[in-house]
Amino acid sequence: MNRQAQAAVLFLLGAALLHAGATDLYLRYVKAGLRPFLLASGAVLIAAAVATAWYERRRAGRPRPGHAHPEPRVSWLLLLPLLALILIAPPALGSYSALRTGTALQKPYAYGPLPAGDPVPLSVVDYASRAAYGHGRSLHGRPVRVTGFLALDRAGRPYLVRMALNCCAADAQPVKIALTGELPPVLRPDAWLEVTGTYSPRLTRDPVNNGPVPYLRVTATRPVPAPRDPYDETWNT
Amino acid sequence: MAITEDAPPGADLDRPAPPRSRLSSPRVLVLVLLLAVLAQSPIRGLLGAPAMQSWMTVFVAVTVQALPFLVLGVLLSAAIAVFVPASFFARALPRRPALAVPVAGVAGAVLPGCECASVPVAGALVRRGVTPAAALAFLLSAPAINPVVLTATAVAFPGHPEMVLARFAASLLVACAMGWLWQRRGRTDWLRPPAHGAHEGAGKGEAFWDAVRHDVMHAGGFLVLGATAAATLKAAVPADWLRTAAGTPVVSVLALAVLAVLLSICSEADAFVAASLTQFSPTAKLVFLVVGPMIDLKLFAMQAGTFGRAFALRFAPATFALAVTGAVLTGTVLL
Repeated sequence: MNRQAQAAVLFLLGAALLHAGATDLYLRYVKAGLRPFLLASGAVLIAAAVATAWYERRRAGRPRPGHAHPEPRVSWLLLLPLLALILIAPPALGSYSALRTGTALQKPYAYGPLPAGDPVPLSVVDYASRAAYGHGRSLHGRPVRVTGFLALDRAGRPYLVRMALNCCAADAQPVKIALTGELPPVLRPDAWLEVTGTYSPRLTRDPVNNGPVPYLRVTATRPVPAPRDPYDETWNT
Repeated sequence: MAITEDAPPGADLDRPAPPRSRLSSPRVLVLVLLLAVLAQSPIRGLLGAPAMQSWMTVFVAVTVQALPFLVLGVLLSAAIAVFVPASFFARALPRRPALAVPVAGVAGAVLPGCECASVPVAGALVRRGVTPAAALAFLLSAPAINPVVLTATAVAFPGHPEMVLARFAASLLVACAMGWLWQRRGRTDWLRPPAHGAHEGAGKGEAFWDAVRHDVMHAGGFLVLGATAAATLKAAVPADWLRTAAGTPVVSVLALAVLAVLLSICSEADAFVAASLTQFSPTAKLVFLVVGPMIDLKLFAMQAGTFGRAFALRFAPATFALAVTGAVLTGTVLL
């Protein structure tokens, strides 16, 4: 790859990072906190592209000092993430990954007070840990409202899932709630649902890692659009 | 993509440029981009299967997550190469390599970020005349013992400060041991001679941006290679074999060591993944935390790119073996 081509690749790569960071696209792949770093590195890459092109122009006609060594072919690989990000923009991890990975639910140190509202708005992680480790006592029998995406296992059993993320999608892990009760007749994997329901003492085990998967008795469901940040990042804080 | 060189190797510089081959790299680039845009919908169709989609998401995620840290490391390494005189390191580090190794290892604590930043910086240190043994100790310790990573470890293991201490101690120990091992057994001809052209006749600004361009293109390519491997293995390794492995102590330690290599997770995030591997013993988790930042698929590709393949093929297995041993020893004492 000669320097003009390198400048072009650097520019496109920087522009792709700026684009991903300026829109919500980056939230499909990395944690929200990385945004300033993405924007800064995009700007640096564009600066490097401009500098490369500028010095190359000034140097035009004059011989380069020392020997001009071409960059290795491996640089061409940089086109792959570029094209993937700009042309395809793969979706956030969904039911396929969720079912291949065991639930990441862990025993909490304490249960915070329930948020106000009827039904109580809870995250998937919050409901799952209160139900699995606190036997639902901290729910005081109140109905809850949980939002996540659907996953269906091989037997067709429905789960409500949220992927919890620490840094990037490579370390994302699902937290699962098994659904029972009043479910819509057609269940589509990866569809986002807002589920209202009550605590159920039933508990099952995740076949992948034997982790606890609590049940939720569903009374109503409502399809909702995917949230801005598809991952649960509460573990980051 | 066969024809990518600028000029045939023997081309004289003072002669007018030889007639360009028709497939110069800018043309190949334009062609590739055009084809990709035109064939957009068939490509999307091909990649529509859930397995392919999650592969791609992980691939893009690893790359996007690592690029800012790579850029940070590249800026630092270019600054070291251009603005810091070689005499600075001669004064800052003890003259005896045996002493320079632990000093460089501890100095790793000041580079915030993950392993993608440490490879280009270590490369710049070697080019700046720092003894390779010390630069390698820095390379291994920096991603594991900096404050960002240690804080993340403390957050991931609440109530277990001994895990943070054990990670710090084991990583520093292994980094120094590798430095000393290199000093005794290493041979300079395994290291690829510095790839940077001399910057004579160029201003500092030009030299700086030239180093940035070179390192991003170079290390970035290897980063993509490593991200490809990591995404493939994450998609291919069935998750339930871990459950079987957790049963016996020896197998569980080896399993998490291999997993750390295969997953290639950023060292700022690996503590959370380790914490979620609840079936495993604390020592096995420590092995995961010590091995991962020192050697994984992504790092191996980047080390091979920066220091040469002959180096990486010897360095990686030795690092792996020492990291596992060091982590198990530390774990037995501290955990």
